[in-house]
Amino acid sequence: MSSNAAQKNRQKQAIGEGPITRAILIALALAFLGVMLIAPLLVVFIEAFGRGVGVFFDSLTSPHTMSALQLTLLVAAIAVPANLVFGVAAAWAIAKFDFRGKAFLLTLIDLPFAVSPVVSGLVFVLLFGANSALGPWLDANNIKILFAVPGIVLATIFITFPFIARELIPLMQQQGSSEEEAAVSLGAGGWRTFFLVTLPNVKWGLLYGVLLCNARAMGEFGAVSVVSGHIRGQTNTLPLHIEILYHDNKAAAAFAVASLLALLALVTLAVKSILEARFAGSLAAQRRH
Amino acid sequence: MHRRMIGALVALALGACGASGNEVQLLNASFDPTGDLYEEFNAAFSANYRTPDGRRVSIGMSHAGSGKQSRSVIDGLPADVVTLALENDIDQIARRSGKIPENWRTLLPANSSPYTSTIVFLVRAGNPKAIRDWNDLTRTGVSVVTPNPKTSGGARWNYLAAWAYADRRFGGDEARTAEFVGAIYRNAAKLDSGARGSTTTFSKQGTGDVLITWENEAYHLLIESSPGEFELVYPSLSIKAEPPVAVVPGNADRHNARKIAEDYLLHLYSPEGQRIIAKNYFRPNDPAAADPEDLKRFRPVEMVAIDDPLFGGWTAAQNKHFDANGLFDQIYQPAKQP
Amino acid sequence: MSTPAITAQPDGKPPRAKWRRRSVLPGFGLSLGYTIAYLSLIVLLPLAGLAISAASLGWNEFWAIAFDPRVSAALQLSFGAAMLAAVVNTVFGVLIAWVLVRYRFPGRRWLDAAVDLPFALPTAVAGIALATLYAPNGPFGAVLENVFGVKVGFSALGVVFALMFVGLPFVVRTVQPVLEEIDRETEEVSATLGAGRFRTVTRVILPAMFPAILTGFALSFARGVGEYGSVIFIANNLPFESEIAPLLIVIKLDEHNYAGATAIATIMLVIAFVMLFVINVLQAWSRKWFGHE
Repeated sequence: MSSNAAQKNRQKQAIGEGPITRAILIALALAFLGVMLIAPLLVVFIEAFGRGVGVFFDSLTSPHTMSALQLTLLVAAIAVPANLVFGVAAAWAIAKFDFRGKAFLLTLIDLPFAVSPVVSGLVFVLLFGANSALGPWLDANNIKILFAVPGIVLATIFITFPFIARELIPLMQQQGSSEEEAAVSLGAGGWRTFFLVTLPNVKWGLLYGVLLCNARAMGEFGAVSVVSGHIRGQTNTLPLHIEILYHDNKAAAAFAVASLLALLALVTLAVKSILEARFAGSLAAQRRH
Repeated sequence: MHRRMIGALVALALGACGASGNEVQLLNASFDPTGDLYEEFNAAFSANYRTPDGRRVSIGMSHAGSGKQSRSVIDGLPADVVTLALENDIDQIARRSGKIPENWRTLLPANSSPYTSTIVFLVRAGNPKAIRDWNDLTRTGVSVVTPNPKTSGGARWNYLAAWAYADRRFGGDEARTAEFVGAIYRNAAKLDSGARGSTTTFSKQGTGDVLITWENEAYHLLIESSPGEFELVYPSLSIKAEPPVAVVPGNADRHNARKIAEDYLLHLYSPEGQRIIAKNYFRPNDPAAADPEDLKRFRPVEMVAIDDPLFGGWTAAQNKHFDANGLFDQIYQPAKQP
Repeated sequence: MSTPAITAQPDGKPPRAKWRRRSVLPGFGLSLGYTIAYLSLIVLLPLAGLAISAASLGWNEFWAIAFDPRVSAALQLSFGAAMLAAVVNTVFGVLIAWVLVRYRFPGRRWLDAAVDLPFALPTAVAGIALATLYAPNGPFGAVLENVFGVKVGFSALGVVFALMFVGLPFVVRTVQPVLEEIDRETEEVSATLGAGRFRTVTRVILPAMFPAILTGFALSFARGVGEYGSVIFIANNLPFESEIAPLLIVIKLDEHNYAGATAIATIMLVIAFVMLFVINVLQAWSRKWFGHE
């Protein structure tokens, strides 16, 4: 081999890896993802059908599962829109305007990401429990928050608080505000500008934020476990119901219900992948959940 | 589109609340292993019982660790009756919330315990580690599954049963007794928060050589598993576990349900209640009411009671063993420090 | 919609005294007002309640709880396991991001989508799945224990595995966009100047990715410290061995020990806040010096 060809070969190698290195790196990444992520997902479905399709459908249609599903849907149906409105408002204020204390406000919005779910549940026990400052007043007025649907909704809103805001803020920052400024200078009102100019630009990012927020809202365990009271048929959400079934030695039923939530996760990921492939530019580059 | 969604939401909200006019709802906050017992008992009670004004009664159930249930009722869980694993958890509600009178134990027959149980061992097929009694649990290499006494009522019965055995073995030498019980807990493979969690760990996940558990829980697992998969071992000495029940007037009075709640608990003492209790592997107070076939399962075993001078009742036992810095806390202190 | 805050500059103060820059867009007052009101109601008020409960304990009682050996052990475990999991996730996360960005191979898109799985899968579902896999009789647990003699399920190592699961996407998703933006020309220049591939990667590429890697590490760590749902199923929850701090909060609460639960929760809250602050500083630093996030 001439020294010239060797030189070229070396240069080519220097900006990429050789085929063997490449194969090893890909194999390592595949193995790690396979063991860490894919295997747990497969186990859910294998165990769900482990005792046959009959057990699978019986567990899904049992009254306790149905009521847990209803409650989970109800909680998500309140928590997600609440955080959607907040996310849009926060993104508008933070992305379209410059003001002092913005960084601090962002840190506060991020706070529920970093707070342990158990702590999130505990704060509501301390706030609304019978021994809290508010407790006697709530009790006297017969307002039930803890161990009832409102408490579960509040804990879920807290946990999923930043999801939509955090998806929208970088996206709207990246897009700047020149289009909106043009619309306003042409005489469009604020709401009109938002619905006709801003919203179309961010709709896919918004949808992705909503999906993630929804997946987390329907799957929250730690915080809800602290505030739920575990009343069967009334305050048991799907994740709590999974825990009960699992501990009741009904593993197949637990995994059947779990597969429902795993399916939701898969749909979330599928929609996300499609959105990313089609609208790569209109999703936030930075992802933090 | 919007209207349909709102309609669906309202339907969901109503479904979630679920109360209807001609039915009284009672809420029973119970501990983990009573799920099957109360499912059957509630159905039997609701089938025949009518309130004085002719309404039906439906019973809602909440199951969790006994300590957690006690805490939830204190924090406002609107349970009309509590059916917990041990007295102390009901005492705590009485003391901290005032929703139960302090003398609750005297308000129902048999110290408010309509059923009893005891603590037994489950081992794997063929008993490979040859576990016959409590002293086998202290051997090195024996892996023990038991719930955490701090959170689980059943686990406290487990602990005290071991204590009673060791106390007799060492002739009341407390230091050696504590060392013996500590050795069992240092053999623990997993401390679950409740008895049910431990059963899962032992049966489903193949962890541990022996499960220390309620007699009823052990039978339950034997029935659910394939024959021969597990074997039941009765120790030479165990404890008479008396899970108590009580009405929570502080909650029941708010919807005028105290009388109904009392009737509900009293029905546990009725022949029908006692029969269902025995059928679900708890020991009935009144064996005459039970099916003889069910009774045959309970093997005779010598049992120490919590009111024995050795323990001096639950308040004393709780103080000495399970409160912060009690004897249980000291078990893990020195040896396991990383 | 009115815009009161924008126009309230009647006396012509110098511009730098203004707390916000003028904009022609409406809705600042409404959107910021709503943001702050909702934030206060949902997040700040409940957290303030926790702080007040903690303050009513008094310093002595607070420190007695915080330095109780069992509490320290639980905090150490939560932090140690989160740290270890974050380190492993950083190594493999960077590797996965590298493979996804630089190489083309069949199934790459599927793999890319799968990385987000822990974001979308409920922690309780992950918990029972991991417990089944790594239990002594599970497919992975049996192999690890019989062949390698390593016990993952029902041990402190189980905690690390659960935290690796929940934390992995944070590293990949923080590093990936940065790696996509890195200028290939710099690499070529480095190569032309005679640097070997290893040298180019360690001296040119890694330093440029460093802030992103650090941010990913910090996010994975922050998430791991507070994780509860997936851990309790796979750890054996023994005090001083595999009892994580969030579990200890639950245990204290179930023992009717509100003071203990509050004190541990406050410590964790303060640490969460510090972690977020560090992450935000890291990102600001990254923006300033490297021009990207």
